Amino acid sequence: MQQSLASRIAIALIGWAVALLLFFPIFWMVLTSFKTETDAITASLVFHPTLVSYAEVFQRANYLGFALNSVVIALGGTVLALLFSVPAAYSMAFHPTPRTRGTLLWMLSTKMLPPVGVLVPIYLLFKFTGLLDTRTGLIIIYALMNLPITVWMLFTFYKEVPNEILEAGRMDGASTWGELVHILLPLTLPGVASTGLLSLILCWNEAFWSLNLTSSQAAPLTAFIASFSAPEGLFFAKLSAASTMAVAPILVFGWFSQKQLVQGLTFGAVK
Amino acid sequence: MATLSLRNIRKAYGPAEVIKGVDLEIDDREFVVFVGPSGCGKSTLLRMIAGLEPITSGELQIDGVRVNERGPADRGLAMVFQSYALYPHMTVAQNMGFALKLAKVPAAERDRKVREAARILQLEPYLERRPKDLSGGQRQRVAIGRAIVRAPKVFLFDEPLSNLDAALRGQTRIEIARLHEELGATMIYVTHDQIEAMTLADKIVVLQAGRIEQVGSPLELYHHPANMFVAGFIGSPRMNMLPVSVLESTAAGITVSLPSGAALTVPSTGDVAPGTALTLGLRPESLRPDPDGQLAGTVKLVERLGGLTLLHVETEGREDVIVQIEGLSMLNINHPVRLAADAAALHLFDAAGMALPALTRHSLVA
Ligand SMILES: Nc1ncnc2c1ncn2[C@@H]1O[C@H](COP(=O)(O)OP(=O)(O)OP(=O)(O)O)[C@@H](O)[C@H]1O
Ligand SMILES: [Mg+2]
Repeated sequence: MQQSLASRIAIALIGWAVALLLFFPIFWMVLTSFKTETDAITASLVFHPTLVSYAEVFQRANYLGFALNSVVIALGGTVLALLFSVPAAYSMAFHPTPRTRGTLLWMLSTKMLPPVGVLVPIYLLFKFTGLLDTRTGLIIIYALMNLPITVWMLFTFYKEVPNEILEAGRMDGASTWGELVHILLPLTLPGVASTGLLSLILCWNEAFWSLNLTSSQAAPLTAFIASFSAPEGLFFAKLSAASTMAVAPILVFGWFSQKQLVQGLTFGAVK
Repeated sequence: MATLSLRNIRKAYGPAEVIKGVDLEIDDREFVVFVGPSGCGKSTLLRMIAGLEPITSGELQIDGVRVNERGPADRGLAMVFQSYALYPHMTVAQNMGFALKLAKVPAAERDRKVREAARILQLEPYLERRPKDLSGGQRQRVAIGRAIVRAPKVFLFDEPLSNLDAALRGQTRIEIARLHEELGATMIYVTHDQIEAMTLADKIVVLQAGRIEQVGSPLELYHHPANMFVAGFIGSPRMNMLPVSVLESTAAGITVSLPSGAALTVPSTGDVAPGTALTLGLRPESLRPDPDGQLAGTVKLVERLGGLTLLHVETEGREDVIVQIEGLSMLNINHPVRLAADAAALHLFDAAGMALPALTRHSLVA
C-alpha cells in the first residue's frame, strides 16, 4: 500500500509520542535516583548527580537477598506454569473435546477477577499450610496466576502445527512424550520461549501477592521497592534508586530477549 | 506377509455414524484402492486401519490377529499423508530415519537403510536438506521414503498425489506401481482419481456414505457394476442413463423400449414383467454414430480433445447422452445423428438401482 508523505510523518510522530510517553516515567525514575532528596521534589533537570541514594538504599536493605528471591520465584513460577501448560495446551490443541473452547474461555475469565477478591481465602489457605512468606508459596501463586495466559499462548502456537505431523510421529512410533519432545517442542520452540519470557516478566513485576503474602524471608524486589515508600514519609530519591535497581535486571533481560519476544508474539511458530 | 480383515467395522462421531459396517478381506501383496465421493468416509476408514482413529465397533485383524487395541506403531503399518506431514525441523535423512531412531536401531544400520530408501527414490542428493527446501514432488518422495525405511507389512496412502501437478502425478503413479512390485507389500490407497484407481488397483473398493457399494477388480467394476452408483462412479465420462420399459424377456436377453419408442435387446437376465420401468446404462465409449442406430437425436455440443471427441447429443426422449468417439468427428452442432450401441456393453438397472445380471461375463473378468 502506498502511503502519502503526510500520513507517514503523522504515523512516525504518533509512534514517537507514544514511545516517549511510555518511556518517560522510567527516564524520570532513573533521573531522580541520581538526585539528592532535596532536588528530588523539584522538577528541575539541572542538578549534581550523586550516588548518595544508592548508597543509602544499599545500607538500609539487603538488595541481593530480595533480588535472589525475585530470581528464584520468577524462574520457579515460570517453570511450574510451563510444566502444567505445555501438556494442557497439547491436549487442548490436538485432542479437543466439545468442552475445550469453553474451558479455555473459563480459564481466561479467571484473569478478569480482581485478585483482591480472593485475598482473604488465599491468605488463610497460606496461613494454614505454612506457605506465608515462603518462596514456595509465591512460586505456586505466580504459576497459578500465569497459567491461563501461558496455556492460551501455547495453545495458539500449537494450533499452527498440523495435526498430521504429530500423527506421522505416532505412526513412526512416538509415544505422547516422544511427540512432545521430538516434534512439538522443537517446532514451537520460539513460541514456548516467548511464553516463558512473558511469564518471567509478569512474575518479576507482580506486586499484589508478593506484598500481601510475604514479609521478610521470601520478599522479592517489588516488596523491596515498597519498603521505601511507606513508613517515614516519601523519599523520592531513595524510592527511585530502589526502583531502578529493581527493574534494571528485567529491563536488561527484556532488552536482550526483545527480538525473541516480538518474533514469538507476532509470527506463527512454524512456517 | 500381511493380510487384513475388516469385520463389520463402524465409526460414529457422537450420534453421527460415518462408517456403517464395513466387511472387507485384503490379501497379501494386494493393492487395494478406496474410492468414493468426498465425505464418504475413505480417510476415516484408512485412519481406523492405521490406528489414528479408534474403531467404534467391529474387528480389525492383521494376519489373523485382532489389532483394534494396538497403537499405530504396533500394527506394522506405514502411512503417507496427503499433506506429506514431513517433520519441518529435520533433514530428509532425519525424517526418513526417525522411526528407526525411536526404535533404537543402531546409527550405522539406520544410515544404511535410509541410504537404501534414498537410492530407490532418487533422493540421495537431498539427504541433508530440510523439507522446505524441496519441491512438492521431492517432498512426496521423502514421505514415501519415510514409509519404506520402516519396511512395513502394509502401506497406507491417503490421496498422496493430489497436491502434485498432472505430469508429476502420472510419473509418481508409475513410481508407486513399481514400488508395489519391488517391495511386495500390501498397499491400501485412497483416491478420488479414476485413473489412479483403475491403473494401480488389484481391487477397488467403492464407498458411499460409509458403506461399501462394491468390491472388485477395476475391469469387473467397469464391465459389471453392481448398481447404478458404481456404474456412474467408475468410468469417465460417466455412463449415460436412460429410462426404459420392458417389452419382453427372452433367452437372448431383455428387450426394452427407449423413450423414443425404438426397441433394444440387452443381454441381461432378470425376473421382469413386460411394462416394468428400468434404467438403461450406456457407456459413452460404447456408443457410435451409425445411420441404422436405434437412438436418434441432435448434436448439441462437440468437445474435441485431439485423440478423442465428445459429442453431447440431445435424444428424442429429451435426455442428454454423451458419446465418445476415437479421433475426430465431422459432426457439428445441430446435426441430426443416429447412435448405435455395442450390445455387450449395455447395462440394465431395476427401480432400486441394482444391476440386472449380464448373460455373459466379460472375457477379461473372472
Ligand atoms: N472428527 C469428526 N467429527 C465428526 N465428523 C467427522 C469427523 N471427521 C470426519 N467426519 C465426517 O465423516 C465423514 C467422512 O469423512 P472422511 O474424511 O473420511 O471423508 P473422505 O471420504 O476422506 O472425503 P474426502 O474425499 O473429501 O477426503 C464426513 O462426512 C465428515 O464430515
Ligand atoms: Mg479424505
